[in-house]
Amino acid sequence: MAEQVREEFVEIAGARVSVMRAGRGAPLLFLHGAGGRSWTPLHDRLAERFDVMAPEHPGFGRSALPEWMLSIADLALFYLDFMEALDLRDVHLAGHSLGGWLAGEIAIRNTSRLASVSLLAPAGIAAPEEPFGDIFLWSREQGARAQFFDQTLAEKRLAAPADLDLVLQNKTATARLAWSPRLCNPQLHYWLHRIDKPTLLLWGRQDRVIPYACEPYWKKGLAASVSRVIEECGHGLHNEKPDAASQHMIAFIEGSKE
Amino acid sequence: MKLFFFHLMPYADLDLSYADKHETAWVTLPNSYFDPAKGKALYDRYIGELELADQLGFDGICVNEHHQTAYGLMPAPNLIAAALTRTTKNAKIAILGRALPLVNNPVNIAEEFAMLDQMSGGRIIAGFVRGIGSEYYAAGVNPTLSHERYYEAHDLILQAWTREGPFKFHGRHYNFDYVNLWPRPVQQPHPPVWVPSQGSSETIEWCAARERKYTYLQTFSPLHLAQKNFDAYREVARREGYEAQPDQLGWAVPTYVAETDEIARAELKPHIETFFNRFLRLPVEMRMPPGYSSVASAKYLIETKFALRSTDQTIDKLIEMGMVICGSARTVRDAFLHHQKNMGFGNLIAMMQVATQPAWQTEKSLRLFASEVAPHLRGIAEKTTMEAAQ
Repeated sequence: MAEQVREEFVEIAGARVSVMRAGRGAPLLFLHGAGGRSWTPLHDRLAERFDVMAPEHPGFGRSALPEWMLSIADLALFYLDFMEALDLRDVHLAGHSLGGWLAGEIAIRNTSRLASVSLLAPAGIAAPEEPFGDIFLWSREQGARAQFFDQTLAEKRLAAPADLDLVLQNKTATARLAWSPRLCNPQLHYWLHRIDKPTLLLWGRQDRVIPYACEPYWKKGLAASVSRVIEECGHGLHNEKPDAASQHMIAFIEGSKE
Repeated sequence: MKLFFFHLMPYADLDLSYADKHETAWVTLPNSYFDPAKGKALYDRYIGELELADQLGFDGICVNEHHQTAYGLMPAPNLIAAALTRTTKNAKIAILGRALPLVNNPVNIAEEFAMLDQMSGGRIIAGFVRGIGSEYYAAGVNPTLSHERYYEAHDLILQAWTREGPFKFHGRHYNFDYVNLWPRPVQQPHPPVWVPSQGSSETIEWCAARERKYTYLQTFSPLHLAQKNFDAYREVARREGYEAQPDQLGWAVPTYVAETDEIARAELKPHIETFFNRFLRLPVEMRMPPGYSSVASAKYLIETKFALRSTDQTIDKLIEMGMVICGSARTVRDAFLHHQKNMGFGNLIAMMQVATQPAWQTEKSLRLFASEVAPHLRGIAEKTTMEAAQ
């Protein structure tokens, strides 16, 4: 049964951040992607085992872009502050897409508060042979279709009305962080060896936003990683295959304790 | 009223069937559509048309900057301006403009304009723009920093023109330990600055501010919008404690003059419709990269202006909206006299070659304009200025 989700607010570096939170257990900090923060079926599954926190990044949703936020590096430092302010320890850090990239940027800087890192279809490192899709140039329909392997799910999403204010603000915040180089940091791979905690790489096989072809470029640099791929699954694996995604994440986190 | 001829220098040989396969003539249209054998003839022709306008007595000739598009072949407009400094005598040369946020070294822009000002003997008008949305895809510059970079680059360029060097400039986006401009511009303290825009209230406020008084240029807009923005400019000026003069306002509009209204409409029709429906064809995501405008203005544009499909314009609709002025010399003259009276602009920037329009049409239109329209428009805005001052 789904846990009750509550909303809390934390103030850090002049930004008031909304945190959706549910569940009990070890802390699991889930960093959202370019589309913005939402509580997905994957969050529900994880909340059965963990104290799941899903903050909304500064500049996303209904907030304004903070002046200090010029790059993903600024946001990584913000989340190190965030964990310190809440005195979170042994955190299972997870992130999807832009949030996966962010999790990687946090972990190369400081892993002292982390127990594990789960990177779900992370942006951040591009495969030269298979470029990312241009999420900024895509129409709403192209964007929705690229989220899913099962196109009926994309059509269902497109049938729902979009909150244009929210969409535009989330795109703006994403562009601030990821316009150029597009959704990646060419320096990141040099520092992956600094992540001294177990790391999961989890991808949908048919990801058209951040292609699965990026996986070896992460794996090559990471000291200790486990790699899993979900078949018949697009970029939005937390929405399209929440059961498979949560099973992989839980097995990885449980396994990484030994 | 000062009269300008504005050339966009399109790739007039564009295979229009591109639209069956590609969504836009900008950024992602493969450059295999450009035939390397055809560029030279187009540049010769277009530069010749600008030179003809100088010979016919236009007060100014204008070029502009766009990147990676069939819409305009001037990614480096100062190269065209440089050629014109040698072959024109009297006309002002307006670069409308350089896109400031797209460059990493705005001092280069200050230098190039200073060179052009020297080479032309003080005939340069310096246009400063942000560049349209698509340029941010082409240049890789972060659109969410567009405003910040524009203002900062502007400050740097103005200081480079007016301050004794060397001096230091330290900003958020641009940092130089040595700014020391050689050459300095002829026009002192600096060349006139024009700001072409579609008309955001922020831009209008900024141009009209007492310490700038930059000429605001309204481009590609329905008449009522141009009117609204000119009124807004005058309103800001009054709030700033001065009366805006006609030469602080410019209206840029596609214009075509022929023997009769019927001939003009028939001759312009295919080209102006191609212009709006094929050359100016770009999806909303390309026009409006995230953060290029505030969420509120982006939302407004998406729900109003861009909601209309940009591929079904007709000449009748365009004329009705005042987005094109077209007809016999008498019709065109009357239209400009009428609009000037209502709108109060002192600079008319006529775009007299669009899209696929052939050389003979542009030449005919330029000559008719110069001989039968221009004489009736000269002195007009100046009189209004004097009346306003009394």
